[in-house]
Amino acid sequence: MSHHMVEVRDLYFDYPDGTEALKGVSFRIEHGGAVALVGSNGAGKSTLLHHLNGYLRTLRGEVIIGDTRLTRETAVIARRAVGMVFQDPDDQLFMPTVAEDVAFGPLNAGLPLDQVEARVTMALGRVGMAHLRERPPYRLSSGEKRAVAIATVLAMAPDILVMDEPSSNLDPRMRRRLIELLRSFEHTKIIASHDLELVIEVCSRVIVLDGGQVVADGPTKVILNDESLMLAHGLERPHSLRHSHPH
Amino acid sequence: MRVMDWIEIGKMDDLGRMDTPVHRLDARVKAVVTFAFIVIVMTFPPHELSALTPFLLYPVFLISAGEIPLCYLLRKILVAAPFALVIGMINPLLDHQPVAAIGSWVITGGWLSFASIMFRFVLTVGAALALIACTGMLRLGAGLEQLGVPKVFVVQLLFLYRYLFVVADEGAKMVRGVEVRSSGSRALGFRLYGSLIGHLLLRSMDRAEHIYRAMVARGFDGEIRVLNRASLRVADGGFICGCLVFFVVARRWNLADEFGQWLMRMVT
Repeated sequence: MSHHMVEVRDLYFDYPDGTEALKGVSFRIEHGGAVALVGSNGAGKSTLLHHLNGYLRTLRGEVIIGDTRLTRETAVIARRAVGMVFQDPDDQLFMPTVAEDVAFGPLNAGLPLDQVEARVTMALGRVGMAHLRERPPYRLSSGEKRAVAIATVLAMAPDILVMDEPSSNLDPRMRRRLIELLRSFEHTKIIASHDLELVIEVCSRVIVLDGGQVVADGPTKVILNDESLMLAHGLERPHSLRHSHPH
Repeated sequence: MRVMDWIEIGKMDDLGRMDTPVHRLDARVKAVVTFAFIVIVMTFPPHELSALTPFLLYPVFLISAGEIPLCYLLRKILVAAPFALVIGMINPLLDHQPVAAIGSWVITGGWLSFASIMFRFVLTVGAALALIACTGMLRLGAGLEQLGVPKVFVVQLLFLYRYLFVVADEGAKMVRGVEVRSSGSRALGFRLYGSLIGHLLLRSMDRAEHIYRAMVARGFDGEIRVLNRASLRVADGGFICGCLVFFVVARRWNLADEFGQWLMRMVT
């Protein structure tokens, strides 16, 4: 069975302070799918993403990655399959140089040094940042940091890419490059974003979360075109879907 | 940005990445030699000063051959100086025994041991900082681990170093936040600083948690792995032997004294 499949079954999660973040979320994403998670702030998107690589443990319900049900023991396997790009690239980059940061994951996976080197070159080349190899990550621009953060995850050769707000803080040109990059990945993609125009271009399916529940799940254009649904859940119908004529 | 400027974030990493003969030496060798250096400097009797002077050669060697900017290192030593100063200051208060006189100026044992403590402080802290500057914290950590230092300590050390950046970063953001709303006023009161420090702690813990999460997501299991794991070369052997022999000789004989006497003999 493929490792690229993600299934969440009736997932519940409460934070220690009593906030109910997830209340029975279920969905299934097949190999190669590109799915957007949209919803207002506090809808439960980040909480859900943190379940997908076993960082938050399931209290009730199940998360299945490929053919493995996530438990404390299997979290390591899931982390190898699921590459997670966090919202703030500063959280993701912690090594002295870009190359060492990208090598961190493959080294931890126990790959021999020549393969690690090949992975670093491949990943940095893929995001167009090969020239930054020896630079310290904290001196890069926001766009470069984002690209390097994606490279750190690509270097682990994950089957599934999970991204939290990939286009936040990016200027229009970097955002455009990010969209092209995301479109070029064959991985199964799960993207949480408020950037609905990006969602239209990258994802074929949208899951709308509100109050910790899935309130809609379907093809991107159908869901995002439903003005009353969008407004009811703190979202809005994207501009590009309002007008059919080009501007 | 003043907080950032003060600790000159990242400068140590930049220095550690340079490529000089000293940087190319194995991290283990440099760690062992520096540790031996610190231990030997500490074993001198409290009033010793002249016999310590030849030991200045070791940090000076690291700094010059490693092309480390002297001013930068001196500033770093100054940051730690108050601690040594406080400890050293007790000596002149306790020990009034006169040991020497220059003209009418009598030097007491207390002042001599104070000078000795400060000199040792400059030697040891200077050598330790020079070691980090010409090795890089990460390679040094990996070297220590290869030497058999328990992994727990090494990981603690590396995290301490890495989180320093996190705290400084959060601190800088908060200071900026205060500055834009304080209308140029400098006296902001204890209550505000109490709250700031509390927030700094909580925010740093939060960021530390995020970073840890990102590390775990990429398979971190408590093991440190670095790209260019060094192997011992002939130069490393030469460096360790040369330094250790010099330390032992300088510990056994007062080289400064001997040199002075030899010079006198040459003159007369």
